[in-house]
Amino acid sequence: MPHLAVLRFPGSNCDDDARHALERVTGADVRFVWHADSDLGGAGGVLVPGGFSYGDYLRSGALAAQSPVMHAVRAFAERGGPVLGICNGFQVLTEAGMLPGALARNEGLAFVCRTVTVEVQRDDHPLLAGLRRGQRLRLPVAHHDGRYVADDATLDALEAEGRVVLRYLPASDPDGNPNGAMRDIAGIVGGRGNVLGMMPHPERAAEVLLGGEDGVPLLRAFARAAGVSA
Amino acid sequence: MSGRPSLPPLAPDGAWPDAPAGAVPVGVVVDRTKAATFGLTHEEFDQVVGHLGRLPVAVEAAMFGALWSEHCGYKNSRPLLRRLPTEGPQVLQGPGENAGVVDVGDGWGVAFKMESHNHPSAVEPVQGAATGVGGILRDIFAMGARPFAVLDALRFGDLATARTRYLLHGVVEGIAGYGNAIGVPTVGGEIAFHPSYQENPLVNVMALGLLRHEELQSGTVGAVGHVLLYVGAKTGRDGLGGAVFASADLSAASDADRPAVQVGDPFLEKLLLEACLEAIQAGLVAGVQDMGAAGLTSSVGEMAHRARLGVDLDLGRVPRRERGMTPLEVMLSESQERMVLTAVPGREDELIALLRRWELDVVPIGVVRDHGRFRLFEGDELVADMPVGPLNDAPTYVRDGREDPAVTAARGRPLDDLPPPPDAGAALLDLLADPTIASKRAVYQRYDHQVMTNTVVLPGAADAAVLRLKGSDRAVAATIDCNARYVGLSPRHGAALAVVEAARNLAAVGATPLGVTDNLNFGNPTVPEVYHQMAEAVEGIREACLALRTPVTGGNVSLYNQYRAEDGVRAVLPTPTIGMVGVLPDVHQRATMALARDGDALLLLGEGAPSLGASAYLAAVHGLEAGAPPALDLAAADRLVTTLAGLVQAGLVDTAHDVGDGGIAVALAEMAIAGGRGVDAELSIDLAARDDAAVFGEAAHLALVAVPEARVAALVAAAEAGGVPCRRVGRAGGDRIALRAGALGLDVALADARDAYERTIAEALA
Repeated sequence: MPHLAVLRFPGSNCDDDARHALERVTGADVRFVWHADSDLGGAGGVLVPGGFSYGDYLRSGALAAQSPVMHAVRAFAERGGPVLGICNGFQVLTEAGMLPGALARNEGLAFVCRTVTVEVQRDDHPLLAGLRRGQRLRLPVAHHDGRYVADDATLDALEAEGRVVLRYLPASDPDGNPNGAMRDIAGIVGGRGNVLGMMPHPERAAEVLLGGEDGVPLLRAFARAAGVSA
Repeated sequence: MSGRPSLPPLAPDGAWPDAPAGAVPVGVVVDRTKAATFGLTHEEFDQVVGHLGRLPVAVEAAMFGALWSEHCGYKNSRPLLRRLPTEGPQVLQGPGENAGVVDVGDGWGVAFKMESHNHPSAVEPVQGAATGVGGILRDIFAMGARPFAVLDALRFGDLATARTRYLLHGVVEGIAGYGNAIGVPTVGGEIAFHPSYQENPLVNVMALGLLRHEELQSGTVGAVGHVLLYVGAKTGRDGLGGAVFASADLSAASDADRPAVQVGDPFLEKLLLEACLEAIQAGLVAGVQDMGAAGLTSSVGEMAHRARLGVDLDLGRVPRRERGMTPLEVMLSESQERMVLTAVPGREDELIALLRRWELDVVPIGVVRDHGRFRLFEGDELVADMPVGPLNDAPTYVRDGREDPAVTAARGRPLDDLPPPPDAGAALLDLLADPTIASKRAVYQRYDHQVMTNTVVLPGAADAAVLRLKGSDRAVAATIDCNARYVGLSPRHGAALAVVEAARNLAAVGATPLGVTDNLNFGNPTVPEVYHQMAEAVEGIREACLALRTPVTGGNVSLYNQYRAEDGVRAVLPTPTIGMVGVLPDVHQRATMALARDGDALLLLGEGAPSLGASAYLAAVHGLEAGAPPALDLAAADRLVTTLAGLVQAGLVDTAHDVGDGGIAVALAEMAIAGGRGVDAELSIDLAARDDAAVFGEAAHLALVAVPEARVAALVAAAEAGGVPCRRVGRAGGDRIALRAGALGLDVALADARDAYERTIAEALA
């Protein structure tokens, strides 16, 4: 059975959390891959974790997108390999050009850490297999730069192609859009549907003890897409 | 990241500079008239001359001045601190290292410590607070522990003023910016407001780290021949000790360029953290020490002192950010994110390779000697030579204290003449909106409180933070507490109440208290009224810690917290902040404050009548800071803490909240707001001396619990078996908060209470 890779940039800080949650809910063999490596070691799927890669001093995810390991991830995705980017990982994937748009500073300009409700928009992608369209998930967010932005043409194309896969409830809901993201976008897919970027943290919602398990189906779908029988 | 500069090779022993014993260092010799320039009194200067057998050169005088300062040498507080209990079967490491460590079971230890960054935060709140977080985290991982939680105790002045809002914004941004980036959750703490902190806010940061017992590290140089490795950021002119060092030895240019406050780099610290922990786990490290206050001087000095050995440092090797730095500037710099490590002999190259893989600068800067001296070289030139022992053993002072007669009078003020509140419901809403009591949600939503996926009880949900230990059923709880109004009116009594409150808060989540770290924030110790507060507060902490079996394993003293008033310089309220750590044997048996079920019976546990003295109600509604704090019976406090923690651990109680600021009315309202359901309660007239005291009065050892009716009998039996009286006061449910005591009653809509509670801080931070 293939193993799963969790990337590790200097400054990643959800790498351990992602490994812990994946091991726990999928039983997969999860290995870290250092940013300077250019070989994914035969992993069946790649998770780009949250954190502040390289300190995020230039622009969130900008330096990580240029690292040797991301060249390997791009090639892996082009071959159809499943890639899941969470929070800073989503920022890295947009900076690397693997997903359209960008993650800008939150509307309120402040870091926001709370639980939000997102609605599943599509269930016909492998990275959302097992979820239902319209299903609502309670997931934590924790970010400073989470406001999804793109030009109208890109947004229209994303919608038309069914690539907006997770949407916040509107900001009028107390647990709605936490950052001013355009069209309440919380997660999109790219490539052939095998690259998913999302701001909420499914790995933080993978245990009842921590307040909920709504992230589990997303982690399981990722593992299954990677060939791990979760 | 920029390319790594070429580094000098590790010198073989013998390649280090040397000088014959008794050689006189090269440098500007300082005489007694310059003593004050280096923060030394004339008498202290004479002692330095005695230890050296000659007049010091400038760097020597500065190093003595720094290590004999209050901040490093605790010269006014050490005799008092010796009174604190430090021992217990749970203590793995007491005071004297970078942090204390208590045993939490299953082979795990928790390293924890609190430190202040008050003065830097007053000047530059963002970086002042950020570097406060960075500094305490280094203390934790220097123990070999992985930091896994931060809490902070913040004090500000009047929230209605622009200055306080600016400081609040900045401090919160600084804590968030550093903690969120490095990936350690900020899980709790407290924020209080009082006009005395207007110019001089308090920023006390507490960090907790997790280690396996066998990974416990020491800040020692190791043994003779060990090489000292400098790791991390380069040394710059930032953070030099301010006015005391405005001396001839500083170049004129450096003085003008010097930033007042150090700047933090959480990314670099994250690399340091991961590299140090990996090196420790690989068994490569003999000693490790953070460079905190007084930089290389204190870190290397303390490491040598612990080992009772000497050190030769070659200053020419110290990585520098600026040209032309003098030995004094290099030795006293407080540039952030720097550590000193010593390798296990024979494994130096492995350690260096590991640290460099984390893209860190690593430079051998010195070697351990058996001469018992701290010697500095620049190239082959000896530039300082001091005995390690006296350098690290500041003279101490025991002063005379006396109570300010105005405090005696305020404490004794009779309160019998106070009218009852004209509208008790309005008084409750006022208290809920009081910035000290109000919800801090808008603050903690700016902190990543969930990273590391251990946070079982989120901020604001309970009286203490609860963090699970992965791979164990156990959990760790932590809290920070100090009601400084109590301490101001009665220092010994108030400080003991701070310890009791912390223990009560741990018990209310189901944790058994294990240990204390204290942060003693006071004014100028040479003022007798201030010294009295310090001495009395330490006695109060001692008495309560002995009674509750919670030894003090470390802490920090911050003095000269003061402001200029019309009638001269005044001290802030005496604020001996108490950080306490406890353990839950089973993470699944825990409690929060939220009312969980309609129909639950509400019960009041504990002894003692609520009273109005020193209460939040008195301050908010009557504008009075007077009277004595709540009567304290330490044995009763211990019974409540032990019994309440036991009830939660036994699975009998999952909703609990202590009675604190604002009394039973505020406690019930907080439980209702957290649970989204109302309460209907009635207090019997024999509870307190007056009806308003029953409703709003404060108490030392009372707590509220809510349980299903079917559990009441078992609960009462268990509480009484523990010697804790238990009385039924009401029931959960509905959408109103209704409370009656004798002739006094209040009945407010839950939605109005929530609005009052949530609005204050959210608006201040908007």
